Order: sequence, then structure tokens, then C-alpha cells
Amino acid sequence: MIASASAPAAADAFSHPPACAARRLQLTGFRNLADRRLDLPSGPVVLYGDNGAGKTNLLEAVSMLAPGRGLRRARAAEQACNGGTGGWAIHAHMEGPDGPHTIATGLEPGQERRRFRLDGRDVAAREELPGIIGVIWLTPAEDRLFQDPPAERRRFLDRLIATDDPAYAGLTSRYERRLRERSTVLRSGRPDAVWLDALEAGLAADAVAIAAVRAERVQSLDRVVAAAGGPFPAVRLALAGELEALLEDRPALDVEEAVAARLQASREVDREAGGASIGPHRSDLVAIDAETGTAAARCSTGRQKALLVAIVLGEIARKRQAGSLVPILLLDEATAHLDEPRRQALFDRITGLPGQTWLTGTDHAPFAPLRDQAAFLHLHRGDLADHV
Amino acid sequence: MIRTLETCRAQVRRCSLCGNLDATDPCAICSDGSRDGASLCVVEEVEDLWAVERAGFFRGRYHVLGGRLSALDGIGPDELRIGEMLARVQAEGVQEVVLGLGATVEGQTTAHYLAERLQGLGVAVTGFGRGVPVGGELNFLDEGTLAAAYRARRPFA
Repeated sequence: MIASASAPAAADAFSHPPACAARRLQLTGFRNLADRRLDLPSGPVVLYGDNGAGKTNLLEAVSMLAPGRGLRRARAAEQACNGGTGGWAIHAHMEGPDGPHTIATGLEPGQERRRFRLDGRDVAAREELPGIIGVIWLTPAEDRLFQDPPAERRRFLDRLIATDDPAYAGLTSRYERRLRERSTVLRSGRPDAVWLDALEAGLAADAVAIAAVRAERVQSLDRVVAAAGGPFPAVRLALAGELEALLEDRPALDVEEAVAARLQASREVDREAGGASIGPHRSDLVAIDAETGTAAARCSTGRQKALLVAIVLGEIARKRQAGSLVPILLLDEATAHLDEPRRQALFDRITGLPGQTWLTGTDHAPFAPLRDQAAFLHLHRGDLADHV
Repeated sequence: MIRTLETCRAQVRRCSLCGNLDATDPCAICSDGSRDGASLCVVEEVEDLWAVERAGFFRGRYHVLGGRLSALDGIGPDELRIGEMLARVQAEGVQEVVLGLGATVEGQTTAHYLAERLQGLGVAVTGFGRGVPVGGELNFLDEGTLAAAYRARRPFA
């Protein structure tokens, strides 16, 4: 089935690079969407349809074009459609900051890891795709971000950073591998102290590097979102954690030594409890409503949603200021808890963005203000049709 | 063709000194009296030895560990030829051990481990420099590489 979305009449959004957009999507064997082709505009796309129609599946397909596990954090094998071969593929014609590209990703039947191709050649996605595509999303799962455990907020922050910092994802995965290595050695029958020394030296260096990147990003994002005005509330952001406190008044190399010493001293405790007693895996992203001084976790549901949208829009504004790639923005049911002025303000901000934004809802009526700027796609049980 | 391969396979053996693969034991490198016995380059695998040898800059001897430390893969110090390396350092009058290990998590952990085990043996322990590649520009380097280059800085002659 082919669905050609009606392109917006406005001038092409790519008069303001750098940004990216999926202009054609070809799905094969992916979730309930199975085999679909869509031609898309570079501007906003509104997906509407009943619950279970496949709206989030389509957003997930877009999110899979970037490195990582996508917006559901699903295993690749879980994304294959029922009754298929077990494999799936997504092929996209992209408009990137330096012109058109094709990005393809998919899972071969019987394999565990998906592959990426850029312009027809196999690539290491984490190294070659940042700068060409980035995807940021807000889903109903993030509605509780401020009440969730700190790990969710760290993941949220790390995702924002990784969209325009190719080295960051590699740094965090290296750190996690070292943590697992250390835990395995600690749990072995005769932990080798020299081996642990070596692992902890590497852990300490990576820990400080991660904390430094996060601190720089949170400070620059805080400057943007703290100064925000209009319907979306101003937010103050900070990182909290023992490591961050050490870095506030000591040189990085001193902190590396202090972290290594702490890890060495806590081996017994860490062996019993698992994990490590100090490191960026114990830090937290703290958000405060700047207007009331209230911690985000204690704000109302609607206020939390407004704070979250403000942070995401602030990050996109920050990326634009920094000249970084403006990512594709996926907003799944994002208008659900927003009042009318904020919903309108969100639409205004989206139509002013140089990149592509996807919005979903069960009905098209709340998106009526976008009717002249966005393409509307109706989903019904995985079938796609133009908006009539 | 198959017969040739079978002949090669029958003739290739592992050098009992360094772990290299060759038709003789000790291998041609260990038997070469003109090599500098004071320098020992430690590598993970035989292909790493060949890579360094192809580059032609190193005239010392080698020691192949047979892998690198990886707890997740079940490879600990006892699975590598570390004891043999320590014995060679003490028996062969080695003055410098060059750690030619990969810049991976496991490679760097192994290098750190070996450096600590070599402490007190009276040898200089060095590693390949890491940082700005030849022809590279700073603004294209990731933080980890840049930090490694900074740590490896030296006086500008």
C-alpha cells in the first residue's frame, strides 16, 4: 500500500539547515505495519487513529533509523510482525543537512543484532549516523519521568546528548562494559586485585569524562530553559551526585584518582550489593519549576508534562544555537495533558522548527490549527490513508 | 592448492618463546641474533605482531599474550601467557617492555594489569602513544581521544 501525504504548502523547511527529515519510508515486516511505503513532507506529520492502530509503531520505526534501541527500547526480534520471517527492515530516503541520504536498518531472520546501511554501504551506526540523523521523542512513558528512578532521567539526558555527540554513546557503553567486567571479577572465586586495579583506573577515567560531558550539556541547556517565557514554564536543571560534587571544586585528574580510590575501598560492599558505589551511574538529573521553586516531581501531572515539553523544546533551541543537527521530534500523545494555550504554543513552536516533527493522537480535531502546515495520516489497524 | 595448504599447516608451529607462528621453533624473530633483546613488545595476537613487524620500526623481540583480559568472556590472567612474559623479562635482560595492546576496554585493562605486574622488575614500561592521528584535526576528535592525547603530551622541541 502506498500513502502519499499531502505536503505542506509552506516553503520547504530545509531552507534552514542543519536539520533532517524522513521523506520516504519503506517498512518491511515491521510490527503490525508489516509492508508499507509512505511519502512524507519535511515539516510536521500528524498521525491519528484509534488505540492500537499502529501510531506508536510508526513512530518507533522512525526512531529506529537512529542508533540505539528506539523509543520502546525493544529487542530487535520483538519488532518483527506476527506470522512473518522474524526479520524486518526500514528503508528511508532522508533529507539531511548536507543533502539526501538513504538510511536502512533491519534484522535478518535468525539474527539478534540489527544492521545499518548508509547510502547503500554497511556502517557502524554510532560512528557514522550522528550528524546525518538524530531523533528525540516524548512518549506517554516519559509522563512519569520526574517520579521514575534516576536511571530513567539519566537515560533521557544521555539520549539528548547522543543525538549530536557521536563519541558519547561509545563512552557510556565502554563505561557500562567496564562496570560489568568489574562485577564479574568481584564475584569470581578469587578476585584478582591487580585486575581490579586496572579496571577501576579505566572506570574512573570514563566516569569523569561522562560527568564532564553531562555537566556541560546540562549547564548549556539550563541557560536556555531557565530563560524560557510564554506558555511553557521556565525550568532549572542541575546534575546531582557525589561525582558531580567532587568535580565542582577539584581538577578532573584529582577526581579520577579519588574515584579509583573509592572503588578500591568499596570492593567488598560492591561485591555484595552489585554495581559500584560511585560513578555517573548514580547521578541524577534534577528539574525544578523555576516559577514556583517546586521540584518537578511534586508538580501536577499537567505541569510536569509542560516542564518536560519545555525541556525538549529547549534542547532543540540549544542545538540550533550551537549549530548542531536539529533532530526529528516524535511526540506521542504529547498534547494529552496540555491546556489549550500550551497546545497552541506547541504547534507554533513546531511549525517554526527547521526539522520534521511527528505528532499522534486518537482524533485529528485537536490538531486542527496545524491543518495548513502539517500532513495528516489516518491509521486504522495498521492501514494508512491520507487525511480526507 | 589443498596439498600446499596441508603442507603449510603441518609445518607451522607456535614459537615456545614468544608465541609467534612460524615454520621453526624458536621462530625466525627469536632466532635472529641481530634483534635488540633489551626491548620486548607485548601484543595480544600473532596478527598484531605481524602488523608491527610490517611497519618496520621495531627491532626488538615480541611476546604474544594469546588474547586479552575479559571477565565477561571468561579470560583471566591464567588464560594468557603472562607468567611466561614475566619469566622472559627476568631471564633475557629486557630493559624496556612496550605494551602494544589495542585501545579497547579489554586491551587497556590488560595493559594496565601488565604494567602493575611489571612494577619492581627494574624495567621501563611504555605503551604506544594514543591521541591525534597523523594528518588529524583536533575538532574531529572525540573527548576520550583528546584526553589521551593531552595525557601523552611532551615538551615541544
